Amino acid sequence: MSNKVAVYRKEHFNAAHRLHNPEWTEQVNDQVFGKCNNPNYHGHNYELIVKVVGEPDPRTGYVMDMKLLSDLIKEYILDRFDHKNLNLDTAEFRLLNPTAENIAVVIYRILREQIDTRLDLQVRLYETERNFVEYPV
Amino acid sequence: MVHLTRLAHFNAAHKLYNPNWSKEKNEEVFGVCANENWHGHNFDLYVTVKGEVDADTGFLMDVKKLKALIKEHVTDKVDHKNLNLDVEFLRGKLCSTENLAMGIWSQLAPHLPPNVQLHCIKLYETARIYVEYFGD
Repeated sequence: MSNKVAVYRKEHFNAAHRLHNPEWTEQVNDQVFGKCNNPNYHGHNYELIVKVVGEPDPRTGYVMDMKLLSDLIKEYILDRFDHKNLNLDTAEFRLLNPTAENIAVVIYRILREQIDTRLDLQVRLYETERNFVEYPV
Repeated sequence: MVHLTRLAHFNAAHKLYNPNWSKEKNEEVFGVCANENWHGHNFDLYVTVKGEVDADTGFLMDVKKLKALIKEHVTDKVDHKNLNLDVEFLRGKLCSTENLAMGIWSQLAPHLPPNVQLHCIKLYETARIYVEYFGD
């Protein structure tokens, strides 16, 4: 039997964005993205759940120090995205459409570099209470 | 007297910014909320009306009618919008949650049936921050 345990840290950030493909006409953008294409942006309270899976360290009983996980999320994710316009203020989404899917993948890649490779990582991102995505699956 | 509440949602961008102040002063007062390029929220709106129950229907007000009024006069105007730029009823106002709640009150109050009064606009900007406006 596996001794793996999943630990989760929940965080949130508020950001503006718009969904837009610059290679398409306004009309096609409007057709595909509807009101999410509003040129003046709209916004969300994003809720982020970071899942870390591994065997508890016998010395500490921890899969991962949650204070460290919290500090990593704050430094690498929240400070970068909170109260920002994802399209205009972040390097990650200058050329990448800031859909919930893409935001989750970007967050995963950023955090993956900071967390021990012996631990599995998964990101769940709520754009609204009813719409959420997970990566990797 | 009965209170009846309908919950609605909308997502919008805004910034807290007083155009009469310098950028520095805005940042000092409003902090991250003054970000020039906007930020955004999922707003939860609770509209509470009050009055006497109609003997024939058992209703204070047909909630479908209330839903339609909220959609027509509020959510169609603010959902997926930039509150500072796109919303006529907030023109010239600071886009705080307080002012938004008061603006929503003004949008809805004139359209309720004669026997029904608006009691409260409760507006959540985040799960932890909300304002209530009772019209006084």
